Amino acid sequence: MSTHQPAAAPARVADSADEHRLQRIREAAQRIRANALVQAEVQGQGYIGQALDIADVLAVLYADQLRLRPDDPTWEGRDRCLLSIGHYALALYAALAEAGVIPREELTTYATDGSRLPMSAMASYTPGVEISGGSLGHGLTIANGVALGLKRKSNDAFVYNILSDGELNEGSTWEAAAVAAHHGLDNLIAIVDFNNQQADGKSSEMLGMEPIGAKFEAFGWVTRRVDGNNVAEVLPALEELRSVEDPAPRCLVVNTKLGKGVDFLEQREKLHFMQVAPEEWKLAHDQLKEQA
Amino acid sequence: MSTVNQSPKRLTSDAMSASLARADQRVTAAPLGHALVALAEQDERVLGLSADLAKYTDLHILRDALPERFYQIGMAEQALLGAAAGLAMEGFIPFASTYSVFATRRAYDFLCLDIAEANLNVNMVCALPGLTTGYGPSHQATEDIAILRGMPNLTIVDPADAVDIEQAVPQLAAHDGPTYMRVLRGKVPRVLDEYDYTFELGKAKLIRGGGEVLLISTGLMTERALEAAAALEEAGVDTAVLHVPTLKPLDEETIRRELGRDRLVLTCENHTIIGGLFDAIAHMLVRDGTVRRITPVGLPDEFLDAGALPTLADRYGVSTDKLVERVLGLRRSQDA
Repeated sequence: MSTHQPAAAPARVADSADEHRLQRIREAAQRIRANALVQAEVQGQGYIGQALDIADVLAVLYADQLRLRPDDPTWEGRDRCLLSIGHYALALYAALAEAGVIPREELTTYATDGSRLPMSAMASYTPGVEISGGSLGHGLTIANGVALGLKRKSNDAFVYNILSDGELNEGSTWEAAAVAAHHGLDNLIAIVDFNNQQADGKSSEMLGMEPIGAKFEAFGWVTRRVDGNNVAEVLPALEELRSVEDPAPRCLVVNTKLGKGVDFLEQREKLHFMQVAPEEWKLAHDQLKEQA
Repeated sequence: MSTVNQSPKRLTSDAMSASLARADQRVTAAPLGHALVALAEQDERVLGLSADLAKYTDLHILRDALPERFYQIGMAEQALLGAAAGLAMEGFIPFASTYSVFATRRAYDFLCLDIAEANLNVNMVCALPGLTTGYGPSHQATEDIAILRGMPNLTIVDPADAVDIEQAVPQLAAHDGPTYMRVLRGKVPRVLDEYDYTFELGKAKLIRGGGEVLLISTGLMTERALEAAAALEEAGVDTAVLHVPTLKPLDEETIRRELGRDRLVLTCENHTIIGGLFDAIAHMLVRDGTVRRITPVGLPDEFLDAGALPTLADRYGVSTDKLVERVLGLRRSQDA
């Protein structure tokens, strides 16, 4: 195992072509947020805070980084994006709709009887959903097997696993972190959403896991940490993690803000499961439109 | 310990190298490992994984013969089953090994959600089922089948001997879904090749006919049931043995047919009498509306003692001798 550099400030994307690319991703992120609101409104509540916080990262993935064919979600050459955190389902469905894997009109069926879009994301229900998340601490263990399998097949696709800061409480995540490093899984990128929120309160007050990056680094991972709500930081970081030469798995910790993009949700008491009043949905949509 | 052996030389627990075979028995060494090598040589999708127990589950045979087909995951059972799931998602056929206690008690959630819910072709091959070690409750999987029977999609196999294991391995791989097999390791007795028998996944097989007593057995208890039947024959008691290697799905048709005759019936299992073969048959009979007395022979509803296997098998009534005594006792009480 080679030594790893400490987390450095990410490279900035500068020229106009890159600025155009960033603008395209930012617009995708706002549409992903709007898609998430459409779903949450069906329920009148939900994991909307998390969906808004992860939208920028999902936009970088689904509008730029992931190799995928929207009309062939099981295409052998695709990058596999595994969502551990099943309750982020509406964010993933929002991104899959943005990528054209599922029709946007279907989003209004979210968590209703008979829908392909259940409240917790499951592979058996939804095209483009690779694993059944929800029981936390599983995703990275499965990602290891997928990454090993891809290597056996000489398939150069990447495996992404999106997990949360709270999920790091689960010991299985660290079993998996050790296994990934031991087997040199350089085709694996873990993305940890650090929104400092889990079911019972602030992650830092429930079971503090900081320093997260240093923990992964100590396990043998190449690690970076950026503002997860700034696509100009997320994009180059993910590009770098995909291209570094180290024979090691990679981890990007993204600092995100629960409810990002809708000010009254950003300022609301931070809750795992947010209530939104009926009249607030339109206000939220309007704010996103203004930012676009 | 309630029973203290006062003889000069006491039997020992012999935990790590325990072999179930007696000195005079025909045996095959590491039948699981050799069956996996044979299968892996024919099918490149077949892989082995272990959680630091390759040597103690006979997967070291595969590891040493085809090292590129084996993954050492380390002492991390959750990561083992998750990785097996991921490999199966990519089209491979993993056989993941550890001890039964760790696969079922420790990594249940991973087996359930990552493998069974996704209905992946992952085969768990797990050693030290029931009372096959004297090490104590940390290693004795006395309730693994009770834990697993409620898991949808999962096929559960408890083989009797080396013949069962050798014949089961390719069938487990060919089965399009998750399986759990209780592994007998080391020098494993060969018993069933003396009979007109082949292992068929999902099927119960009548190994030996008999008009007075029916022993319905699974796993290593089939060997003891056959020995008991031979001893009972000498005592003038005509005893049949029905071997049920696949516990889920249960071959209800065959079991119903054998229960249709008027015989004294016992179930024999290397497992607590709660949640295993006896319960599965009782479940079927009640559903059928059938009232039938069946005597369960199995492990008690308690954490077992540490000790030597022959001592413990006698203590808990699952040795051949105790099985014979049980049958004769039941017949006496019937006659009374």
